[in-house]
Amino acid sequence: MGRYVARRLLQMIPVFIGTTLLIFLMVYALPGDPVRGLFGDKATTPSVIRALRHEYGLDKPVLVQYWDFMKGIVLHFDFGKQIASGRPVTEILGEAFPVTLRLASLAFVIEAVIGIVLGVVAGLRAGKAADTVILFFTLLLISVPVFVLGYILQTVFAINLGWLEPSVTDPTDFNQLLLPAIVLASASLAYVARLSRTSVAENLRADYMRTAIAKGLPRRRVVGVHLLRNSLIPVVTFLGTDLGALMGGAIVTEGIFNIHGVGGTIADSITRREGTTLVGLVTILVLVYLVCSLIVDLLYAVLDPRIRYA
Amino acid sequence: MTTIQKVSAVPSPRDAGEDGGPLLEVRDLHVEFHTRDGVVKAVNGVNYSVNAGETLAVLGESGSGKSVTAQAIMGILDMPPAKIPQGEIRFRGQDMLTMSAEERRKIRGRRISMIFQDALSSLNPVLSVGYQLGEMFRVHQGLSKKEAKTRAVELMDRVKIPAAKARVDDYPHQFSGGMRQRIMIAMALALEPDLIIADEPTTALDVTVQAQVMDLLAELQREYNMGLILITHDLGVVADVADKIAVMYAGRIVEQAPVHDLYKRPAHPYTRGLLDSIPRLDHKGQELFAIKGLPPNLLRIPSGCAFNPRCPKAQDICRTQIPELEPVTERDGSELPGRAAACHFWKETIHG
Repeated sequence: MGRYVARRLLQMIPVFIGTTLLIFLMVYALPGDPVRGLFGDKATTPSVIRALRHEYGLDKPVLVQYWDFMKGIVLHFDFGKQIASGRPVTEILGEAFPVTLRLASLAFVIEAVIGIVLGVVAGLRAGKAADTVILFFTLLLISVPVFVLGYILQTVFAINLGWLEPSVTDPTDFNQLLLPAIVLASASLAYVARLSRTSVAENLRADYMRTAIAKGLPRRRVVGVHLLRNSLIPVVTFLGTDLGALMGGAIVTEGIFNIHGVGGTIADSITRREGTTLVGLVTILVLVYLVCSLIVDLLYAVLDPRIRYA
Repeated sequence: MTTIQKVSAVPSPRDAGEDGGPLLEVRDLHVEFHTRDGVVKAVNGVNYSVNAGETLAVLGESGSGKSVTAQAIMGILDMPPAKIPQGEIRFRGQDMLTMSAEERRKIRGRRISMIFQDALSSLNPVLSVGYQLGEMFRVHQGLSKKEAKTRAVELMDRVKIPAAKARVDDYPHQFSGGMRQRIMIAMALALEPDLIIADEPTTALDVTVQAQVMDLLAELQREYNMGLILITHDLGVVADVADKIAVMYAGRIVEQAPVHDLYKRPAHPYTRGLLDSIPRLDHKGQELFAIKGLPPNLLRIPSGCAFNPRCPKAQDICRTQIPELEPVTERDGSELPGRAAACHFWKETIHG
């Protein structure tokens, strides 16, 4: 196990270099210039621009810029500075990340709990009315785009009915985050429900389920222990990678509900052509994602003893 | 008239049913499956009984209804699609088909248990064998996790799994086929049930291991004086362990007999065919005998005797009239105890 974890951590290095380089090059390829963007419509002299470009190292060749950037990360844990405000990227992320973390965890809990419950109910009654209703409902969630769902829920539950807050003024208040979290969770929830439904319906026919019944176990135990332990293995995999994706922020949902999280910050940096900020942000997200997937893989071995890492 | 209850010194005395009848008695059991294509009549009026300490072998091809009957006894048929339109399954005199689901659950595993064919898929792959064995004690006897584990180790010792203590936390896939089947047997034996149903317990094993597993099963059965229903299509397995045999075809019992009588003098052409198709060393080099044709489609069972399209002795009556399971007698009319056959021409078959 230890060796496996070490190997996986080492494997992260090339993945990390590859993704950051790719992002760096893609941002570089975008038209526009962050320094010119600073001045907006105001006129300025080429020498000022040149000086600023030199200050941020933007006049160097792209690979040298990349090298300097990576050196900063590795040696000083310095992810660069935001050009517009001059503040370090880590600080900006430090503000945005807790908001996203709260939103993501709330969405994750909703997704996991409701998704699995719906999936298990549907799977146990495969082919019956409850199953059809759940399948239809999840199909609806998958096919409706997030911004449509976001505005509909906002209008109905917050504005018309007044049950929930329409927008987030205090990102530490979970009551305000509830509605955006539901919107954020909706599509994944549908996938989780469908995945667990299929898995449950399939395992229900397994021989070991027959054995469990033949042992005279109560139904609660047959389903709760024998069925779920087997059925949730693929679901856990999906949930793990999805948690990584949720941590990456949600540009649309954050926009609708006025949340200043990671998604919004990334969107801002893209419009301002701020390569360093963007790369810094995304780099941290890549790390979060890699760690999430490592945890999922380890969890997988815990859930399924047939998988052994050596 | 009084019945004298014999209080004997036989080890682990097991009383029969409350009415003094057999341990388990199946009466006129019918099972059908309602599918999109129609009604599949898997079991069509099966009667058999098992006493404590007795081994009944149920013999038949795939699809003859032997496993379905066993699953009906266990109460593990999926209903629907399965349906039991008529029949009785009396365990110690009580009809299990009229019991509540909870009463039946309490019988399963504790009083009647089952050994399945493929131990790898029948054991839960993500739970350790110790957990799966211990579950019996935890659920039925309310033992703690720790006590249950101790008992699980004892059980594994009981079925001769080497290094039981070290292997109790292993998972099913870490055991060999024979060892896995031993675990299945241990699980069925855990609560020392009155009756064990073994559904082709050795089919997935190689021949040497088959013999070991059968010996173990027979030994444990003798020791605990349990009833055993052994479902198999392997005539070789049956001869050594069974007391009596029921041969099934298309959901009916076509012949019933004490084990050695059946081998010596079959009274049904189907049984004869089965016996003839056992490869014999003294017939080396000759063509192997096979029963012509295929088992019937249970959606459309042939009229009359279901075996008639494949039977070498079939006459017109076989195509129109279903033969009843009747007692078989000697040529002079004297009784042959325990023997019955469902064939219009049993006399010709048995007496040649």
